[in-house]
Amino acid sequence: MSGWDKFVETFFNAKVMVKYLPDILSGVVVTIELALLIVVTGLGAGLAFALLRSLAIRPLNWLIIFVVDLFRSLPPLVIIVLMYFGLPYAGPAPSGFVSTWLSLAFVLMAFSEEIFWAGITSIPKGQWEASRSTGLTFGQTLFNVVLPQAFRLTIPPLTNRTIAITKGTALGTVVAVTEILGQASSAMSNSYNPSPLMMGAAAYVVLFLPVVVAARWVETKFAWKR
Amino acid sequence: MIEAFFNIEIMKAAWPIVLTGLWNTILLSLIVVPLGLLGGLILALLASIKHPLVRWPLMAWVDFFRAFPPLVLLVLLFAGLPFAGLELGGFACVAIAFFLNTGSYYGEIFRAGIDSVPAGQVEAARSTGLSRMQSMRYVVLPQAVRNVMPDLLSNTLEVVKLTSLGSVVAVPELLYEARQAQSITYNPTPIVMAAVIYFLLLWPLVRLLSRLENRALAGRH
Repeated sequence: MSGWDKFVETFFNAKVMVKYLPDILSGVVVTIELALLIVVTGLGAGLAFALLRSLAIRPLNWLIIFVVDLFRSLPPLVIIVLMYFGLPYAGPAPSGFVSTWLSLAFVLMAFSEEIFWAGITSIPKGQWEASRSTGLTFGQTLFNVVLPQAFRLTIPPLTNRTIAITKGTALGTVVAVTEILGQASSAMSNSYNPSPLMMGAAAYVVLFLPVVVAARWVETKFAWKR
Repeated sequence: MIEAFFNIEIMKAAWPIVLTGLWNTILLSLIVVPLGLLGGLILALLASIKHPLVRWPLMAWVDFFRAFPPLVLLVLLFAGLPFAGLELGGFACVAIAFFLNTGSYYGEIFRAGIDSVPAGQVEAARSTGLSRMQSMRYVVLPQAVRNVMPDLLSNTLEVVKLTSLGSVVAVPELLYEARQAQSITYNPTPIVMAAVIYFLLLWPLVRLLSRLENRALAGRH
């Protein structure tokens, strides 16, 4: 057998691939579920906190800033491990799936709150005053004048951050989530063959590469003209 | 609650282990951050050659590593390569994975920085007799780096946080040591200690970044 054949036989073994394809596909489903949950809850909570912050209630803002700073400074894997291995000592024992979801959602919340807030504060005070003086309420000003402009500004940093954090779903494998990497790793140790890992790697590329390319497009489209 | 998460006895017992982890995390960061910066600089300098044969493969390279989860890359190197007869230690795998992954992020940042320096600067530098390399080295890069400083710092924060992935391939950094201490003591206090250390270590940087970012976005109007 030539070197090349041996390489293909080892890393792209057709028999092993066919056998473990269903496992990898079920991992893809779990990864997509996790990713969607993280994006929706993380961005939703981030926006909610940014809006709360715009009410300018001092003690509340300090609390928000502290929570945001906390989840920006802790490595996501540390949060996941703490939640999964630590929380059970205090009572609630979240599953690996829930630990990964909540941890990454907290991290995305922290980053997106910062970005949304920076977007809101970037709108000059004069716009607020002008809107209020035409008779718009605080809420109307926020939703019809400030947020539409703020969103535009926040889209490039937000897409980048969202992709980086959603990729973190692979961390779930450390706490036994059966997402792509978890499935691929256990298939690899069952078959003594790295082909499932190659399939898993390919699955990540198929899932995330289109998102990265789309983000690049969005970035140029929404870029503030200099 | 306090017994479980802030157990003084356990803290005393685990402290030497956790401290070893902290030093290793700092050492690891001191190695992988320059490595990533170097990778990024190489990519950005290559990107300044505006030839399509250079530009497109480079873009594909960067996008690939932006799409690929760093943990998957690490596992691929650590658990996949031995099948090809190449057994690298956990540390070497972390170094390579970080060079590839964080290098791509740093590369994008440097590229944006280089693009932000007006073309007239290069033309002026060249017309005074500086070579291409000299104008890049003495005129473009210093300004480029200053323009993207907040992004560079923010990425560095992410890189330091990412060193915690080393725990998956048995690199004895902070999270790994904390988990070792946890399994010896049957108590989550060491992990809480690790979390507090990460927070104290990185909070100043997060504060600084938050101010820089607010200023950067506000300055666009």
